[in-house]
Amino acid sequence: MTGTGTLHRTPRGRALKDTTFTVLTWGAFVVALIPLVSVVSLVVQKGSKRFDADFLLHSMRGIGPRDTGGGAYHAIIGTLEQVGLASLIAIPVGLLAAVYVVEHGRGPLVPLVRFVTDVMTGVPSIVAGLFVFTFWVLALGQGFSGFAAAIALAILMLPTVVRTTEVVLGLVPDSLREASLALGVPRWKTVVRVVLPTALSGITTGVVLAIARVTGETAPLLLTALNFDSINTNPFSGQQAGLPSYVFAQAGQPQASAVNRAWAGALTLLLLVLLLNLVARLIARRTRLKG
Amino acid sequence: MAKRIVARDVSAYYGAFRAIEGVSLTIEPKSITALIGPSGCGKSTFLRTLNRMHEVIAGARVEGQVLLDDEDLYGEGVDATAVRRTVGMVFQRPNPFPTMSIYDNVAAGLKLNGVKGKQRLDEAVERSLRGANLWTEVKDRLGKPGAGLSGGQQQRLCIARAIAVEPQVLLMDEPCSALDPISTLAIEDLMTELKDRYTIVIVTHNMQQAARVSDTTGFFTIDGPGQPGRLVEIDATEKIFSNPSEKRTEDYITGRFG
Repeated sequence: MTGTGTLHRTPRGRALKDTTFTVLTWGAFVVALIPLVSVVSLVVQKGSKRFDADFLLHSMRGIGPRDTGGGAYHAIIGTLEQVGLASLIAIPVGLLAAVYVVEHGRGPLVPLVRFVTDVMTGVPSIVAGLFVFTFWVLALGQGFSGFAAAIALAILMLPTVVRTTEVVLGLVPDSLREASLALGVPRWKTVVRVVLPTALSGITTGVVLAIARVTGETAPLLLTALNFDSINTNPFSGQQAGLPSYVFAQAGQPQASAVNRAWAGALTLLLLVLLLNLVARLIARRTRLKG
Repeated sequence: MAKRIVARDVSAYYGAFRAIEGVSLTIEPKSITALIGPSGCGKSTFLRTLNRMHEVIAGARVEGQVLLDDEDLYGEGVDATAVRRTVGMVFQRPNPFPTMSIYDNVAAGLKLNGVKGKQRLDEAVERSLRGANLWTEVKDRLGKPGAGLSGGQQQRLCIARAIAVEPQVLLMDEPCSALDPISTLAIEDLMTELKDRYTIVIVTHNMQQAARVSDTTGFFTIDGPGQPGRLVEIDATEKIFSNPSEKRTEDYITGRFG
């Protein structure tokens, strides 16, 4: 190589720009990491003091303000049931709404569904809680229960499920729908057997995000399931604890033992969401064909 | 098995836009008919009217009659899905189902239409893959994803998928335009073989291809942008490429326009 031609010279200005932007992107990456790392490390550090089998397997029944024992067993059960029921409501409804909008929608109902989901995305969680409180708990006289909390959480999940599913379904190439239709497969079967499986991993991600988001919701729980210090395995009757409301209640007390319980509760919540994520990813991977 | 197609005064619309106007032609069974013409002249649109795939697009509709032997595909009470099982289609870009294995791709049309029984499916898969000249290449990896094959193999997989439901007519919309010459040759050879059993209609931009494989050639064109496409003439391929009746056909095939 002679190195004299114009091909060999990198203009100084461009090299400078390249370095600047490389530094900037890395910088932004580090800045974005700071809150994540600090939150996780703080929760792990403070939460591990009380995070043990005792904490996971005992409720707060009979634990006085000065007692050091007690745990979040009742709250874990409550959260699992509430979020589980919320998912049972929101995921089918959300999937069907998204399928309608993307696959079948013609006419004025489509923009209406889009508009409503957009508006719902902006609903503050306390408003969802208030709605269930006035409508379900008071007006219909159903009383406080884990199920009332599940309804509020479902309302919060729904727009996320619809939105992400809509986007992912939109990414499925039309050529696949055409291939299926051209084989004489009816439209509904095309959606169920070709489009949805193709979009499955994306849909799973969206659904998990929606679940993760509502798992940590506190405000709606306080208005719908209240809180409870004992185990209530029946989500359809009587007040029920949940991990977020448990953390909220413990953190509001002056004793160090209660604050430690709050941190351990937060750690439990964090691990629960992480576990959920892993399980969902596993499901998505298993259902996808390996190459 | 193969059936004759008669189109009578077929017009196709996208909303208010008329894409093709007044196309009438006859396609003989067990022959290959090529449709040629410049881009945007409505050949693909016409092809899609032959298995009611045109109406899949929102706002699209068809006027006129398409007779398969004596049955009007657009007659009252005709089930579009049944039409599509009878008139199969292969698309421009290979489009195997990405979530399915090679086996499942070929069996898809049968499985999704409710055919059960492993033996029956196994037979259909082998027969179709043999029919598409793909069997020897994939028989040891039927469980692998169809999307992992090469482009030419994927297109033959799509042909196998289309013939697995035992259609009577096979429509091919520029099936080789995304393929290299060797894969193209494989598909062309395959078409010549399939002609013994099916009525084949192929849309192509490649005039040599039309001349090589087809028995009959139809020439479509448009008068200008925004105008509907029309069939200028259809005749034996030999005649179209040596001594066409219409001046416009001659101009096109000799490369004077389009």
